[in-house]
Amino acid sequence: MSAGQLPRWVDYGLIPFLNLAAAFLVSGLVVILIGENPLKAVQVLLWGSMGYAEGIGFTLFYATNFIFTGLAVAVAFHAGLFNIGGEGQAYLGGLGVAIACLALDQYVPWYVTLPFAIICSAATGAAWAFIPAWLQAKRGSHVVITTIMFNYISYSLMVYLLVNVLKEKGSMQTETRTFEEGGRLPMLNDLFPSLGFGYSPVNLSLFIALAACVLVWLLVFRTRLGFEIRSFGANATAAVYAGISPVRTIIITMLISGGLAGMMAINEIMGSQHRLLVDFVTGYGFVGIAVALMGRAHPVGIVLAAILFGMLYQGGAELSFEMPNITRDMIIVIQGLVILFAGALEHMFRPTIVRIFTPSRALAAKEA
Amino acid sequence: MFELIILTFDSTLRVSTPLLLACLAGLYSERSGIVDIGLEGKMLGAAFGAGAVAYLTANAWLGLLAGIAVSVALGLLHGFASISNRGNQIVSGVAINFLAAGLTALLGQTWFRQGGRTPSLPDGGRFREIVWPFAEEIRGVPVIGPIYSELLSGHNILVYAAFLAVPLTWWVLFRSRFGLRLRAVGENPAAVDTAGISVTWLRYRAVIACGILCGFAGSYLSVAAGSGFGVNMTAGQGFMALAALIFAKWKPVNAMFACLLFGFLDAAGTRMQGVEFPVIGELPLQVFQALPYVLTVILLAGFIGKAIPPKAAGIPYLKERS
Repeated sequence: MSAGQLPRWVDYGLIPFLNLAAAFLVSGLVVILIGENPLKAVQVLLWGSMGYAEGIGFTLFYATNFIFTGLAVAVAFHAGLFNIGGEGQAYLGGLGVAIACLALDQYVPWYVTLPFAIICSAATGAAWAFIPAWLQAKRGSHVVITTIMFNYISYSLMVYLLVNVLKEKGSMQTETRTFEEGGRLPMLNDLFPSLGFGYSPVNLSLFIALAACVLVWLLVFRTRLGFEIRSFGANATAAVYAGISPVRTIIITMLISGGLAGMMAINEIMGSQHRLLVDFVTGYGFVGIAVALMGRAHPVGIVLAAILFGMLYQGGAELSFEMPNITRDMIIVIQGLVILFAGALEHMFRPTIVRIFTPSRALAAKEA
Repeated sequence: MFELIILTFDSTLRVSTPLLLACLAGLYSERSGIVDIGLEGKMLGAAFGAGAVAYLTANAWLGLLAGIAVSVALGLLHGFASISNRGNQIVSGVAINFLAAGLTALLGQTWFRQGGRTPSLPDGGRFREIVWPFAEEIRGVPVIGPIYSELLSGHNILVYAAFLAVPLTWWVLFRSRFGLRLRAVGENPAAVDTAGISVTWLRYRAVIACGILCGFAGSYLSVAAGSGFGVNMTAGQGFMALAALIFAKWKPVNAMFACLLFGFLDAAGTRMQGVEFPVIGELPLQVFQALPYVLTVILLAGFIGKAIPPKAAGIPYLKERS
């Protein structure tokens, strides 16, 4: 039951839709279980995330994070690698952003700081992905396991750095000093006041994320390297025979993946928090897995999936305010269900669909 | 000094227990070829189930049963996705971790309205320490006294169960027919299939065994070590158990030592705060926290022996069809 037996719109439209519908159906049952009206919940969620400009702003802000982490997971997917370490790579990316901002913010305007922040965040994120990549390529230790370990190591490392190195002297908070103007990205609300994004933290990094989508699309589908990555992911053995170096492919792919995950920190640290603080990643790296799965590892799909998850985050916040019984943990449940149905159970509906869409004559011919 | 060592070892045992139970759980699953990074989620689900039922019934044993039931249910979900539907085992494990984290907090808040926690457990709702005979009488005897009455006596029943599960697991895996087949299915499922044994049913049994042990591990946290469930109370211990499993190279006795080592690092880390070492000075707490993961990575890299997972781990088995 491989892909290709079905029309493209079924493969890329109908089946993901069915998986998603199943996830939301079960989420609705959970809402009923805790004694609330699921239809009203959907209404609140949609209104909270898309009903007014400020809500949309928040939705887009979260979506920006998910685009970065989703792209990170997707690039690795194409090479058949499972980068589960987006969490740690994004955390380290925060270190990169903070280094650039703390060094420059008092002397230059934000648009001079920005390129350095991008480079530093991508570099630190990539560096954190390099070790698992190197270990996989050279020593055969599985990248899933090592990246999980690296998530925990990054946590200890960052707490240590924040407490002992980066913390402002005399401050009780484990965070760096707040960046000056030169270390802050402009808010979209300041750039386009007429759109009315209000207090939402959506900022310039949204466009950086979209640019990253285009670049990733070009890289994966239009360059020689992208072809090598996809060939390696489709059949590593055949790729090696075709002269593609596995070591090089694994390491380069993971560096790109880690760099993208690290860049998530631009949105969060330079765009919104304006200081490096403990635990700012809070699961965005893991959500990237769901985003990449739902977006079928394609940049366009990832943007759509990221917006959907942005809506869940923002609408979920509104939901917990309007219907206090449905706490924000509901979002985590929905994410779990999306990952389950769109990822682990992706083959559940496929046989039925194939049966429906295969003309009976072709089926008879096959069985004969 | 001796007293301090005994106390550190004593807390090592307490910290290692949930790790060891979860690690053995992962051992059954991965030996059968089902990679399980959902250990964390299963533990969390079990901790919640146990905490909730123990509170409602004031009975720790019923709590334990509920914890096991929740964990086995999550295990069956993992099995359904990765055995029956041949889904990606990593993705399924991630989904289970999400589901457990969300549902426990959500249902906890709906049912008990204490921010996702369960209320403090009533008296019968917890497993109490078991004092061994004459523990008080020989406490004063040098060396043997503290070892007997501090280290060996005075733990709850789940601690002893965890360490008894080690020889039991060894026996099941390496001396029973079921264990032989379980190990075979993790190495070469096609061969097992050819021998006329159901790969699916074997793997489901492994997943159930994993669920039961994870149930013990989670229940330990809420009804034995703690006095109720707290949001995200596993705090990564499922992943640490996974690290221990790799560190132990998928062997039960090694698993015990790996968990004791990781538990010891944890216990020592807490005690070493502010202690000045010669030459290196004071070690930050984070070093002890990161050390298990760093050690596991070094092991995985093959610098201290090689950790080779079961050959078929992570690969769904597809029976050949004509």
